[in-house]
Amino acid sequence: MTYSKRLNDRKMDELRPIEAKVGVIERADGSAMFKIGNTWAYASVYGPRNLYPKFMQDPQSGILRVNYNMMPFSGSGERVRPGANRRAKEISMVSEKALLPVLDLKEFPNSVVDVFIELPQTEAGSRCAGICAASMALADAGLNMKDLVAAVSVGRVDDKLLVDLDYSEEAYEDGPVADIPIAMMPQSGKITLLQMDGEVTKEDLRKAIGMGKEACGRIYEVMKKALKEKYEVQ
Amino acid sequence: MGKLLIQDKEIVVPGEIIAEGMDHLPGQGTYREGDKIIAGRLGLANVEGRAVKLIALSGRYIPKRNDTIICQVIDVGFSGWRVETNSAYSAMLSVKDATSEFIRRGADITHYFNVGDYLVAKITNVTSQKLIDISTKGPGLRKLHGGRIIQVNCNKVPRIIGKAGSMVSMIKNATGCRITVGQNGLVWLEGEPKSEYIAIEAIRKIEQEAHLSGLTDRVKAFLEEKTGKKVEPGVEEPELR
Amino acid sequence: MYNELRSHVLKLLKADTRLDGRRATEYREPIKVEQGIICTAEGSARVTIGGTQVMVGVKLEIGEPFPDRPDEGTIMVGAELLPLSNPDFELGPPSIQAVELARVVDRGIRESKAVDFKSLCIEPGEKVWLVIIDICPINDAGNLFDASALAALAALKNTRFPKVEDGKISYKEKTNKGMKVVKDPVSVTVCKVGDALIVDPLTEEEKIIDARLTVASTADGTLCALQKGGSMPLSVEDVEKMVAIGISKGKELRVALER
Repeated sequence: MTYSKRLNDRKMDELRPIEAKVGVIERADGSAMFKIGNTWAYASVYGPRNLYPKFMQDPQSGILRVNYNMMPFSGSGERVRPGANRRAKEISMVSEKALLPVLDLKEFPNSVVDVFIELPQTEAGSRCAGICAASMALADAGLNMKDLVAAVSVGRVDDKLLVDLDYSEEAYEDGPVADIPIAMMPQSGKITLLQMDGEVTKEDLRKAIGMGKEACGRIYEVMKKALKEKYEVQ
Repeated sequence: MGKLLIQDKEIVVPGEIIAEGMDHLPGQGTYREGDKIIAGRLGLANVEGRAVKLIALSGRYIPKRNDTIICQVIDVGFSGWRVETNSAYSAMLSVKDATSEFIRRGADITHYFNVGDYLVAKITNVTSQKLIDISTKGPGLRKLHGGRIIQVNCNKVPRIIGKAGSMVSMIKNATGCRITVGQNGLVWLEGEPKSEYIAIEAIRKIEQEAHLSGLTDRVKAFLEEKTGKKVEPGVEEPELR
Repeated sequence: MYNELRSHVLKLLKADTRLDGRRATEYREPIKVEQGIICTAEGSARVTIGGTQVMVGVKLEIGEPFPDRPDEGTIMVGAELLPLSNPDFELGPPSIQAVELARVVDRGIRESKAVDFKSLCIEPGEKVWLVIIDICPINDAGNLFDASALAALAALKNTRFPKVEDGKISYKEKTNKGMKVVKDPVSVTVCKVGDALIVDPLTEEEKIIDARLTVASTADGTLCALQKGGSMPLSVEDVEKMVAIGISKGKELRVALER
């Protein structure tokens, strides 16, 4: 049996419905919400602000610190125990590296820009949703950024390539599955996050990245609209 | 032929292509890549002839020399004070920049300024590593007594002050409040409780509607409605008094 | 550090007004309760009080009962002061503020007997429901206590039991059986500044209050939990006044819950 039709009735290159809003956390210097299907991310940016301990300071540039966290009730199974775990630490780190290439913090030596990503509800693709929210929040915070960062997971289910896998597809058992989260700078098309688990051929990977690039372009448009909505004349 | 892809006064976001071709010049907040001019931040596009720049709408205060700011004393040392500037960096106020009076070595300087005090100060120097010196010697520079501090978007400060101080002067006249606007986004106000709150509401209105035209008239109408009095248009005055 | 702010707040209170133009015992607007916003939780709610926004999710697990209470399930309340919601909050293990918040919310629900623990029994002595309530502030503009307690109650009322097969929970399938919540405990935190008593403090006001008393009460006016905070003492008269304010303001919060 082949995966001829997606379990969720989406087209192979169809994203789940997206909702994006900027300026949702009043106390933050920049903030945004990004919801794709049942995966829901908030991000807030604080800074540039004082950085201590001093040994962490970089006299050439401000530094970026990203923290990814799932709220205890955000998983579909058992409660997620609060606090940092290995998975959250790794995702925080790769999200930081995914966002860093667009940022220019040279104007802020010795300081830090903190990004906090929180997920109230998840169903696959949470790191990508978190990166999208964080990227909008950084733009909202008025930082120098040469581009936004859009992220989506692409992958293979059985013999089909598709974008934005949901939980049922990640857990598909009747054939091989590959899950490939990608983050991109839409303007240059360069990749800032790439991970993969599963099995895929070289050719399929190339095709999947192509589909991801196209999907990131569509996500960029949604993010752009959300940012403009906050600032545009009512 | 070069082409402008956005309109003057349009909001642009990072990565958005502003113009194609070599006819336009990339100004502040933009960068050129090949034959494209691209937005390097979120901002309001400003097209002047061939030059395109972006005006910041958000972002924390970046300390600049000669700015007059409102800051709070957070520490007292032997020869000066450390102050918080509502930015990523604190600043130093040395005794010699605080008063013309003679202060004996080792004297207790908390009697001039103490932890928690708010000051109106001028930034006298900013180094590349963002070490900041300030001074409280000069007209209008002082310790603030009483009143309260509110925080505003520092990018909107020019609109709150208005042309040569006309906007803030209108609010002062209408509400009878004393108001000092710091370039770092802190505003000090003092007045009767009711009118003080009207002044704050007026400032919030300016903050939110800064990018719309006819702002002065709308703020005037707002103040007239709230105070129930005729409001004279603001006179131009030096920024800080 | 906050002497000027404190004397200004006192000056405003003499004119029966506050930093944001409110009167002493007035809550911010809007007070909004949204239930069932999180599909991965068995129950959830988001509460907005003015600029403050708190999310609460309820997860259900199956566990063994305490040996001395073989036919009772139990609740557990956790709170994390997310650095997302306030520039002064830091990452790391729960601070004492977070622990206090969680425990005050816990006591309001537990001591009012809003949830009948016996109704959480699946198999006496073997299996009972464990109800885990987690508090996550999204934007902290002051008064997390009252917003969290209200959100916790709203989330409990929204809770549906998942299907159980062979003693294992099938989280994907919720049944029609809802959590039985028989009381409506809400918390009102009354703060004392100088001689004045105020409710629903802003972040700035929280910095300058002398003392606070969180008053949890049920719809019939019964007190079910109290927590005094702040570094100054309260007189018996203060406590009486604060409790009275707590009970009467609690009614207003309950209206928001029923809306």
